[in-house]
Amino acid sequence: MIRTQVTLRVNGDDREVWVRNDRTLLDVLHDDLGMPDVRYGCAEGVCGTCTVLMDGEPVSACTLYAVQAEAHEIVTLHGWSDPRREPHPLQTCFLERGAAQCGFCTAGMLLTAATMAERDPDAGREEIRHELVGNLCRCTGYQAIVDAVEDYLHADGGDA
Amino acid sequence: MTIVEPTEAFDPDAESGPQEREKDFRVVGRSPAHHDFVNKVRGTLLYAADWSLPGMIHGRLVRADRASARIAGIDTTAAERLEGVVCVLTAEDVPYNAIVEHASGGLGEVIVEQPVLAADRVRYVGEPVAIVAAADPETAAEAADLVEVAYEPLPGVFSAEDALKPDAPRVHDESQDNVLINWRFVRGDVDAAFADADVVIENTYRSQHVDHAYLETEAGVGWIENDVVTLRVSTQVIEHAAEVAAILGLPQSQVRVIASYMGGGFGGKEDMTVEPYIALLVSRTRRPVRMIWSRQESIQASTKRHPFTMRYRTAATKDGVITGIEADIIGDAGAYPTLSARVLFAGGALSIGPYRVPAVRVRSRAVFTNNVPSSAFRGFGAMQVTFPYESQMDALAKELGMGREEVRDLNHIEKGDLTAAGEPVTTAVLVRETRERALEMLGEPSRPGGPGKVVGRGFASGMQPYGRSIWFRDQAAAWVTLQADGTLLIRSGVTDLGAGQAASLCQIASEILGVPLADISVYIGDTALTPPAGGTFATRQLYMSGNAILRAARKLRDRLAPVAAKELGVPEDALVWADGMVRAASGETGISLPELVRAAGTARVDTSVLNTFHARSGVFDPEAGQGHTFPDYTFGTHAAEVEVDTDTGDVRVLKYAACHDVGRAINPVRVQGQIIGAAAQGLGYALTEDCAAEDGQPMSSLFADYLIPTAMDLPDISVAFLESGEGRGPLNARGIGEPPIGPPAATVASAIEDAIGVRPQALPITPERVLDLLEGGRS
Repeated sequence: MIRTQVTLRVNGDDREVWVRNDRTLLDVLHDDLGMPDVRYGCAEGVCGTCTVLMDGEPVSACTLYAVQAEAHEIVTLHGWSDPRREPHPLQTCFLERGAAQCGFCTAGMLLTAATMAERDPDAGREEIRHELVGNLCRCTGYQAIVDAVEDYLHADGGDA
Repeated sequence: MTIVEPTEAFDPDAESGPQEREKDFRVVGRSPAHHDFVNKVRGTLLYAADWSLPGMIHGRLVRADRASARIAGIDTTAAERLEGVVCVLTAEDVPYNAIVEHASGGLGEVIVEQPVLAADRVRYVGEPVAIVAAADPETAAEAADLVEVAYEPLPGVFSAEDALKPDAPRVHDESQDNVLINWRFVRGDVDAAFADADVVIENTYRSQHVDHAYLETEAGVGWIENDVVTLRVSTQVIEHAAEVAAILGLPQSQVRVIASYMGGGFGGKEDMTVEPYIALLVSRTRRPVRMIWSRQESIQASTKRHPFTMRYRTAATKDGVITGIEADIIGDAGAYPTLSARVLFAGGALSIGPYRVPAVRVRSRAVFTNNVPSSAFRGFGAMQVTFPYESQMDALAKELGMGREEVRDLNHIEKGDLTAAGEPVTTAVLVRETRERALEMLGEPSRPGGPGKVVGRGFASGMQPYGRSIWFRDQAAAWVTLQADGTLLIRSGVTDLGAGQAASLCQIASEILGVPLADISVYIGDTALTPPAGGTFATRQLYMSGNAILRAARKLRDRLAPVAAKELGVPEDALVWADGMVRAASGETGISLPELVRAAGTARVDTSVLNTFHARSGVFDPEAGQGHTFPDYTFGTHAAEVEVDTDTGDVRVLKYAACHDVGRAINPVRVQGQIIGAAAQGLGYALTEDCAAEDGQPMSSLFADYLIPTAMDLPDISVAFLESGEGRGPLNARGIGEPPIGPPAATVASAIEDAIGVRPQALPITPERVLDLLEGGRS
C-alpha cells in the first residue's frame, strides 16, 4: 500500500504524518496524533462521535481520508477548548444541565452546537434539535443537551 | 400455596435507611458535577480504545457469513502471508474453547458450551471463527478477508415458534426440542378462574430484536505486565476475568481485568465481548493488542434484546376485577444460552405487572434458534412483558366499557400483595400516584395538525426489579480510606456505564463522613486492586455498592468518633461530620480531618474500612413455580399524546411524561437523566428499532439503517419523581437505571389505540403496521 507524506494543520499546529492513502482522518487524529477527543463510532458518517471542525464547519473525520484534509484547518474539541484552561461557557452549560451520561458523544455534540450558536444565535429548541440530528446520543434522550445549548444561547451577556 | 421463608433471621436491608443524625442531608439530594462528568465534557476521559502501548498490534475477528453450517476447513495461508500479519488463531489454538453459562435452576435447563472460536459448526451469522493480529487495523481487516472458511450448509431455524415445531432442525444436540429452559409461575385455581370468568381477554403480543447501539462499540487493549495477562476493556463485568483465565488455561491470579469508563453499555457489555480474543492474542504473541469491533460487527453480531412472543389470557368479573392470568412467553435465545435463562425468569416473574391476581399460570421458555444470541438489555425480560400486561388492562377496560384508570384502580397491588411467584411486595407501591402525576403533566390536549391526522392519549404503568434474583446470594464490597491530608480514597470493583455509578458512591461517602466531594478520589473496576462489587447490571449497583459504601463510611465514622470525641472533649453522639471537619454540635470546637487522622495514628486506630454488603437471600422452587425472586421493585407510570397520520401511518409523539417512585433521589439530575434516557430508548423500541433479518442474515448492518431516535424524533419529556422514603437501597433509594424503559411501548400503543381505535400488538409500531391496523379496523 502506497504511503503519502501529509502535513495536517490541527489545532493550530502543522503535523507531518506518513499515511496509507486509505487511512481515515479519524484514525490519523486518534491513533497517529494521539487525540482521544475524536472517537470512532460508526465509520459511516452517521453518529457524529468523530466530529471535528474543518475550516470551521463540523465534519465526520471517519468519512474523510487524511490525504483529503491537507491544506485545511482542522480543529478538535481540545483545539476549540483547551482542557488546561477554563471551560468554554457552552461546556459550563453542559455541566450545569447534566448534559452528558457516558460522554462518548459529548465532544461531537459540543462542536456541532458551538458552530450552530455562531451561525444562528437566535435558534429555538426546534432549530437546536434539527441541528443536532447528525450527532447521536443513546443515553440522555438529548433533552439535557438541548437545554444546555438553549441556556448558552440565551444567557445574559453570553458570547453567543 | 406455600412460601419458603427467608433463611436468614435478619433483614440485611434494615440498616439502609438514614440514621437519626443523617437525616439532615447536605450532599445527598443535590446534583454536583462530579469528576467523571467534568472529564467527559472536557473530552479528557480515556475510553477503552484510547489506550496505546509500544509495539501494540491490532486484532480482528473472522466471522461466519452463514447462519447454520458445518466447517469443512479453514485455510489461513493467504492471510498469514500478508505483510504485517503477526498471527492467525483458530479453534485449535484456544486452550479451553468453551464459555459456559452457569445453570440457573429452571426446569429442564440444558447446559450448552459456547465455543470461543467455532470449531466444527457455526450457528449464527457473525459467529467468531478465527482471530487475526496485524501491525495495523487496515492490515488486520485485509487479512481477515483472506481467511478462507469452507462451509457445508446445514438447515437452520429462525424464529422461536418455528424452533418449537416437532420437525424443527436442532440448534444443539444437547436439546431435543430447542428449549434451553422452562420456567413456571403457578398459584391459585386458574382453571376455576377461567371457568367462572364473566369475561376473558385473549391476545398475542410480539416484540423484536433490538440493538443496544451504545456509541462506543466493544473495545479494549490487553498486555502482559508482571506475567499477568492484563485487559483494559469496556465491560460491565470485570468478574469475567475468571472465565478468561479458564479459556487461557491459567489460574485466576494470572488474569487481570480493568474496566474503563464505558461509552454506554445497557446490558450489551454484560457478557464478554472482546475479552477472550484480546487475551488469546496477548497470550500467544506476548505483545500489547487492541481490538475494536466495527459498528457493523456490533450491529450484526453483538447480543440483542430477546424478541418475545407473549400469549396472554386474562379472566375478570363483569365489574372489572381480575380473577386470573394465564401467560405463555417464548423468548428467542438465538444460537447460544448467554443470559437467556435469567431474562426469561424475569419475564415470567414480572408477567402480571403491578396487579393483584389471585390465580396465575405462567410458562416462560427460552428457545434456541440460528439467530444472533439474545442476552441482557436494560429491562431484562421484565420490560418486554409490560407491553402485554398493560395492553390487556386497556383491552379489559374497553371490553367492559370502563375507564382505563378505573379498571386499574380495581386491580393494582398494594404493599403486601403477591407477585406471580407468591412473594409479597415489601415496600411502598405508588402506582396510582405516579399515574396521576404523569397524566397531569400531559397538560391540555393538542389538536390534530391537519387533515387525515388524529390525536390520542394513553398511559402505562410498570414495575421493574432492582438487584439480582435473590437466590444468587448477591454481595458487593467497598473500601474507604481516610488519608493523611484528610482526603478520602474509595476503591470499588464497580464498573461505570455513564450513569454515575462511581460518583454516587462519592456522594454517599461524603454525606456520612463530611469529606467534601472535591477531596474524594474513586478508583473502580479492577480485579487486582479493587474489592469485588459484582457487575453493573440488574439495576443493582446503587442498591449493592451503595449499601456497601454507606456501611463502610458509617463503620469508619463510628470507629473514628471516639478519637474525635476524646480530642474535643465532647460525647461521640454530639459530633457533626461536615465540610472536612468534625465539630461539636454546639459549634464551639472542632477538629480538621488531617488532625483527626494524626490523632487516630497516635491512638493506633485504623482509618481504612473494607466492607462487604450481603443482599437478602432466598429460595425459588422451580417445580412449584413459587418462592423468592427479587429484592424489591421500582414502580412508575408514563403517559403520552401521539398524533397519527392516517394517510401515511406515521406516528409522532407530541407529548410525553414519566413519573417513578425512586424512594430517595441521591442525585436528582442523574435520576432525571436515567428516566429521560430510558424513555427515549423505550420510544425507539416502540416505534422504529428492529434488527431485521432474513433466515438469520441481517438485512443491514449499517448504523444508517438502524434507527435509534435522533434529537428531532423526540419531544421534550416531562419528568417527576416521588420519594416514598421506602426502598432497599442506601438511604432508602430505589434503583432507577432500568425501570423507565418498560412503560414506553405500552404507553405509545395505548395512545395510538385512543387515536385510531385499534390496538397495535406487534413491535415496533411502524407506519406499515399502523396502515395495516387502519385497514383491518376499517374493513
